[in-house]
Amino acid sequence: MTNKMLTSAIAMIALSAGAAAARDQVQITGSSTVLPYSTIVAEAFGENFDFPAPVVEGGGSGAGRAKMCEGVGPNTVDIANSSSRITQRDLDTCAANGVGEVMEVRFGYDGIVFASDVNGAEFAFTPGDLYNAVAGQVAKDGAIVPNTYAQWSEFNTNLPAQNILVLSPGTKHGTREVYDERVILLGCKETGAYDLFLAVATGDDDRAKQRAANGECTKLRTDGRNVDIDGDYTETLARLDADKDAVGVFGLSFYQNNTDKLRVATMGGVVPSTESIASGEYPVSRPLFFYVKTAHLDVIPGLQEYVEFFVSDDMAGPDGPLAQYGLVSDPELAATQAMVADRTPMAPLN
Amino acid sequence: MTDATAGGMSAGPDRRSASLLTADPLMRRRNAAETRFRLYGVAAIMISLSMLFIMLWTIFSDGVSAFRQTSLTMAVTLDAERLDPQGNRARDDMMKVTTIGYTNLLNDALKSYMEARGIDTGEVSDRELSAFISRDTPAQLRNQVIANPDMLGQTIEVKGFATGRIDGYFKGRVTRETAQVDTNISVAQLELADQMREAGILTVGFNWKFLTNTDASDQRPEAAGLGIAIIGSAYMMLLVAVFVLPIGVAASIYLEEFAPKNRWTDLIEVNISNLAAVPSIVYGILGLAIFINFAKFPQSSPLVGALVLTLMTLPTIIIATRAAIRAVPPSIRDAALGIGASKMQTVFHHVLPLAAPGILTGTILGLASALGETAPLLLIGMVAFVANYPSGPLEGGMLEPATALPVQVYSWASRSDPAFIERSSGAIIVLLAFLLVMNIIAIVLRRRFERRW
Repeated sequence: MTNKMLTSAIAMIALSAGAAAARDQVQITGSSTVLPYSTIVAEAFGENFDFPAPVVEGGGSGAGRAKMCEGVGPNTVDIANSSSRITQRDLDTCAANGVGEVMEVRFGYDGIVFASDVNGAEFAFTPGDLYNAVAGQVAKDGAIVPNTYAQWSEFNTNLPAQNILVLSPGTKHGTREVYDERVILLGCKETGAYDLFLAVATGDDDRAKQRAANGECTKLRTDGRNVDIDGDYTETLARLDADKDAVGVFGLSFYQNNTDKLRVATMGGVVPSTESIASGEYPVSRPLFFYVKTAHLDVIPGLQEYVEFFVSDDMAGPDGPLAQYGLVSDPELAATQAMVADRTPMAPLN
Repeated sequence: MTDATAGGMSAGPDRRSASLLTADPLMRRRNAAETRFRLYGVAAIMISLSMLFIMLWTIFSDGVSAFRQTSLTMAVTLDAERLDPQGNRARDDMMKVTTIGYTNLLNDALKSYMEARGIDTGEVSDRELSAFISRDTPAQLRNQVIANPDMLGQTIEVKGFATGRIDGYFKGRVTRETAQVDTNISVAQLELADQMREAGILTVGFNWKFLTNTDASDQRPEAAGLGIAIIGSAYMMLLVAVFVLPIGVAASIYLEEFAPKNRWTDLIEVNISNLAAVPSIVYGILGLAIFINFAKFPQSSPLVGALVLTLMTLPTIIIATRAAIRAVPPSIRDAALGIGASKMQTVFHHVLPLAAPGILTGTILGLASALGETAPLLLIGMVAFVANYPSGPLEGGMLEPATALPVQVYSWASRSDPAFIERSSGAIIVLLAFLLVMNIIAIVLRRRFERRW
């Protein structure tokens, strides 16, 4: 019996080595923000085309791009989803591993919203309020002091007298980048802290000083009033459920699926929605991308069709299922469609 | 212990005069200590039992509803002009009508069906009415029509799922209070849902599709099922058993019966014990490097998953197998050798059959722990959205992408639609049921076949 089992095991390994060369479905990996959009398209693609539905993995933008840049061949992925733009370092890795040209597809925008418990107080934020709530050091009477604010009303009387607790995205999130750039940094400038940081910044030239001031701005307080959440939005929601005073950071699509539990805060007086983000009124948003290996386009069956289907009006258009799920559709979608049809690889980063 | 001896020495003379039936202070202290210790023990058991109870209760209260699902039944006229505009019934031309075309057809059909049944939709707009139909239904209908073009022009009864929010209403997850603040559902829709349930258009029943359907995207939680995860886990367990038994048994027999006792075998022994304690994610990294990057096996396939889990369970199984072999009394070996059997005959004719129940029990328990493993699968691409069933085991299905049960629990738990929480807990129930069955098999095998000397 043992002999038979051994033989069959060996036979199976031999068999698999032969079959490893072919692959008939598209493999996708990357950002967990893009993951739901990607699965919606993959599912519809499997239903409407004769190709099998692509296999989609999450795991993070950076990890996905790194995986894409590992090389070419059927046992490497075809597409990397990404909620931030590819970096020069990724492109260098790609080049070093012979990946060749990469097509950059921007298919829409994702809004980032602040929300609190649905039965709690209403919040109307400006970036400055959030900066005062979470920064390590704030400007007070023209000087930089350590942040000791305990309640929202202490720095803005329009906000409720409620204990400050902000659930920020963790540093490994793609969301954190936008959060730092579009909320914290703007708030830093709004409250005047940036100028104070710049005045005392040390550096060889103006750019170095600005970088130093930016770095000071994005240092968040560590006394427990700001909590970095490294998990998914579901974790933020669970934390918010446990502490009703908390304000959490979510993606627009997550909020739209949980409006019965969350109350969204306005930013600069604008309520976040796909419309206000598309028009640019609501400031905190970021583009979503996926990157395609052009070398795989004619090798993996269905890859070209999948990419075209993803950016088609039926999917990524303003009335498509992705928009219904919370994607802010890209006004320049037509240009993207033409680019995908021509298989134009991305231009070098500035 | 020290208390007792120290006390006994000093209190010695008094005790001799006292009666055994009257408790002296020392004895009372000792008895009290014992009572306290028993209470600690009971408390420890109570704590673990209550934790287990809380865990099971949360899982079952959240998850049992995943096995029931709301369905929507309606009459649909398959308009040939809309579904086959060319009119030639050719498959390629009919494929051009996408699920969007079928969605529109079903939306119109539901509207006219409601009119025909005399149900007033009231404040519910057309758009809100179409939100009753799961996005899964058009896809199913399209597959049916394309497979069987003769259906065109007929009026058929279509039974599909109702969407997650409507389903949640009948399960108590969505209430009129939450609907007031929920932008995805309105109170008017819920009232209409009540009417439709009375009219028999919406029905709630046992949901076999939870066990057979594939995973579904975030927009249709109602259609998501465990089919691929169950197949993936079954393939992996089968392969793990096939790989791990011969390797584990051969290694154990050699180490236990043939290997000389020296520094090398000691080193191997220590290593096996160490490997059993290595975190499972490490095996995932190893699997990615060896099986995918070096051996070029396909990503996300049960074969790679099984190989990784084999590496992970091998040390545990070797340890269990060696213990089973060691438990066979030496007298049996001596007797066999004494009547002229060779060492190998002794092992295969006597030792191995007697150790078999122990080996099988160890293997099944090893498989059960492998079944619940997610971490190593994360790195080899099995934590993924897979929407197509792998083929049968003989057609290379073990090389096609699949997921596994614990993976499905994990990926559903991080989805944004609240309906996935129920499905995640439902998947845990299925996983627990599999673990329970495997453990029961292990216990039965041990009870029936184990021999004691």
